[in-house]
Amino acid sequence: MRHIISILIENEAGALSRVSGLFSARAFNIESLTVAPTEDASLSRMTIVSTGSDDVIEQITKQLNKLIDVVKVVDLSEAAHIERELMLVKVRAAGKDREEMKRIADIFRGRIIDVTDSTYVIELTGNGSKLDAFLEAIDRTLILETVRTGVSGIGRGDRILKV
Amino acid sequence: MQLTGAEIVMRCLHEEKVEYVFGYPGGSVLYIYDELFKQDKFKHVLVRHEQAAVHAADAYSRSSNKIGVCLVTSGPGVTNAVTGIATAHMDSVPIVIISGQVPTAYIGQDAFQECDTVGITRPCVKHNFLVKDVKDLAITLKKAFYIAKTGRPGPVLVDIPKDITNQKCEFEYPKTITMRSYNPVLKGHSGQIKKAVQMLLEAKRPMIYAGGGVILSDAAERLTKLARRLGYPVTNTLMGLGGYPATDKQSLGMLGMHGTYEANMAMQNCDVLIAVGARFDDRVIGNPANFSAVPRKIIHIDIDPSSISKRVKVDVPIVGNLPDVLDEIQKLLEASAGVPDPKALAAWWKQIDEWRGKKSLKYKQGKEVIMPQYVIEKLYEVTGGDAYITSDVGQHQMWAAQYYKFDKPRRWINSGGLGTMGVGLPYAMGVRFANPKATVACVTGEGSIQMNIQELSTAKQFRLPIKIINLNNRYLGMVRQWQQMFHGNRYAESYWDALPDFVKLAEAYGHVGMKIERPADVEPALREAFSAKHKNDLVFMDFLTDQTANVYPMIAAGKGLSEMILAEEL
Repeated sequence: MRHIISILIENEAGALSRVSGLFSARAFNIESLTVAPTEDASLSRMTIVSTGSDDVIEQITKQLNKLIDVVKVVDLSEAAHIERELMLVKVRAAGKDREEMKRIADIFRGRIIDVTDSTYVIELTGNGSKLDAFLEAIDRTLILETVRTGVSGIGRGDRILKV
Repeated sequence: MQLTGAEIVMRCLHEEKVEYVFGYPGGSVLYIYDELFKQDKFKHVLVRHEQAAVHAADAYSRSSNKIGVCLVTSGPGVTNAVTGIATAHMDSVPIVIISGQVPTAYIGQDAFQECDTVGITRPCVKHNFLVKDVKDLAITLKKAFYIAKTGRPGPVLVDIPKDITNQKCEFEYPKTITMRSYNPVLKGHSGQIKKAVQMLLEAKRPMIYAGGGVILSDAAERLTKLARRLGYPVTNTLMGLGGYPATDKQSLGMLGMHGTYEANMAMQNCDVLIAVGARFDDRVIGNPANFSAVPRKIIHIDIDPSSISKRVKVDVPIVGNLPDVLDEIQKLLEASAGVPDPKALAAWWKQIDEWRGKKSLKYKQGKEVIMPQYVIEKLYEVTGGDAYITSDVGQHQMWAAQYYKFDKPRRWINSGGLGTMGVGLPYAMGVRFANPKATVACVTGEGSIQMNIQELSTAKQFRLPIKIINLNNRYLGMVRQWQQMFHGNRYAESYWDALPDFVKLAEAYGHVGMKIERPADVEPALREAFSAKHKNDLVFMDFLTDQTANVYPMIAAGKGLSEMILAEEL
C-alpha cells in the first residue's frame, strides 16, 4: 500500500540525513521525499511517499518517531487529505507542434512559463497520476527535460499537523 | 565568567558528577586534555586503543547504572571507537562519547585526521551532535547526558571542533532540560495494563520472558516480586541474565539459540506470554513463522514502541518504563481477588519439570581433557556465584551464560546484540572502576582475547586485579561448531596455528600467568587465582580445553524453538 507520511522535524543540519539514513538502514522504501522549512523557521516539514504492508508502515512511523529531532509524524493517507506535486517540463515547440503543445498544456491546466522560438517550459501541478497522464498525452520525442518536486501533502479540514 | 570551550567541557563533566573518563589524547582534543590535566574531580583512564575506551565506559555503565564517558580524538580516534559505540547501541547502554574534530574552518577540506564523525556514527548512536558554536557547548552536553539516560538508553556522541575548545563564552549549565521533540513516556496505558492483568490471571500455561530491559531499568526486584506472586515460570534472555535469580525454582534459565530445553519448550507451548523488556530477536525465538504457528496471547512491555510488534505481533502492547508498569500491575493484582488457576498451573509445572528432566546442559568431564563447561561450573563455585563476569563472544560466552548462575542484575556483562569479540578485557576494566572492591572475572577465548590484548597494559597501570579465564581450544570455537554442523567439517580459517604463550605474555605485561592442562588442576588453579595471595594481581589463566566441545542445546539459524539439537546422549 502507498502511504504519505508527513513529518515535523527540527530544522537542524543533518536532519534530512537522519531520515534518509533510517530508510536505507532499515530497508524501507522511499518513492519521494520533499523537505522545506515551515512558517516557523525552526521546523522543517517533510513529506515522504513510501509503500509497504501495514506492519512495515507501522515500523516506519515508529522508527521516525524514535529519531530525537522528529517532533511529529502523521500518516496522511489514513484519512482525507490532498496531495500535490509540481512538475516543470521543457518541450520542443516548433512548427506544427507549437500550437498542439499549447492546447494540451491548457487542457491539463498547465502554464507556459518560459518561451523561446523553439521551446516551452510548462508548469504543471496535480497529483502524481495527473502529471504522468500529461507526459503520456504529449509526443514523447518532444520532451527535452522534466523535473518533479515529489509529493507534498496536507490533511483536509480540521486535520492539522502543527506543534 | 568567560570560559574556554575546553574549560566548559570540564565544568559540564563535573556537573554531571563524572568519576572516570576513558580516553586517548590526540591533536584535536589537546585543549581538552590540557584542562583535564588541571583538574582532579574525575580521573582519566588512558587505554591503549580507543575501542577499549568505549567498551570500558560501556561496562562501567552496565555494571553501575551510571553514564559511562569517553573522550577520543578526531579521525582515527573516532573510527577506532565506532565498534565500541555500535556495541553499546545494540545493547542500549547509556554512554556519552566526546570526540575532537578538526577546526571549523577545516571541516570538509580533507584535513589531517578529519572524518565525518557525525555521518559515520549516525546509524550507531541514539543521537549525535556537532557543536558549531561555543555558546551551544554546555547545553549540547547537557542534552547528551539527558538523552543517553532517558527513554530507551543509548550512546550519544558530541563532536567538538578544536577551535571551539579554545573560544570563550559565558558558562551556565542548565539544571533541567526540555525538548519538544523528545519526551519519553514513563507510565503505561492503564486500560492496557488492566487487560494484561486479566490475561495473566486467566492463563493456563503462563510464561514470563524477561530481557535486558529489566536490567537497564533496574526492575529486577519488581519482576521477581511479580513472578513470585503469580508463581509463573521465568526465562531470561542473554541480556536479561540476573534479572531473575537463576537459582530460584521458578527460573527456567536462558532461552534462545543456546537456551535450555525447558525454557524453549515452555516459551513455544505457553498460552499467555508476558515479554518484559525483551525484543523477540532472532537469537531468541528463531524463526518468527515457526514461533507464531502455536497460538498464544502475548503481552509486551517495553519503553521503545518500535520494539513492539516488530518481529512478532502482540495482543497487549504496553509502552512505558518497566518499574512504573510493573508497579501498576502489582497494584492491580493485590487489589483483585483473582488468583491463577491452581490446577492448570500445577499441570503446567509438571510438564515443565518433565522438560527439565532432559537435563539439556549435561556434559561429561573425563580425567584427561578439560571440558570448558567444567571450568565455568568451578568458577561459579569458587567465586560463590557472586562475581562480576564479563565475557567475550563465542562458545565461551554461551557456556558462561549457561553455567554461571546469576542471581543479581548487572553481574553479567557481555555483548549480546552486536556480538563484539574483544570486549571481555576492557569490559572487566570498566566493571572494576565502577565497583572497586568487586571480584571481576573475564571469561574469554584465545581468539577474542587477542582482539584487545593490549589492554593488559592498562590493567597494569591501574592495578586492576582482573581474573582472566581463557578457554583455549585452539579454534575459533563457534565458527568451528557451525562449520562442523552446517559446512561439511571444512574448518576454513578457524584453526589457530601460531598462538602466543599466554603465560609469558601475561608476565611480559607484569601480570601473573597460569597454564592449566588437566581437569584435576582446574579447581586448585581457580582457588589460587581468587585467593588472598593474588588479591592485587591480574591473573591470566590459560585453560587448554577440549577442542571438539560444542555448545548445546542449539537451534540452527532459521529453525524454530522446538527444533533444538541436543547434546549426543552422553
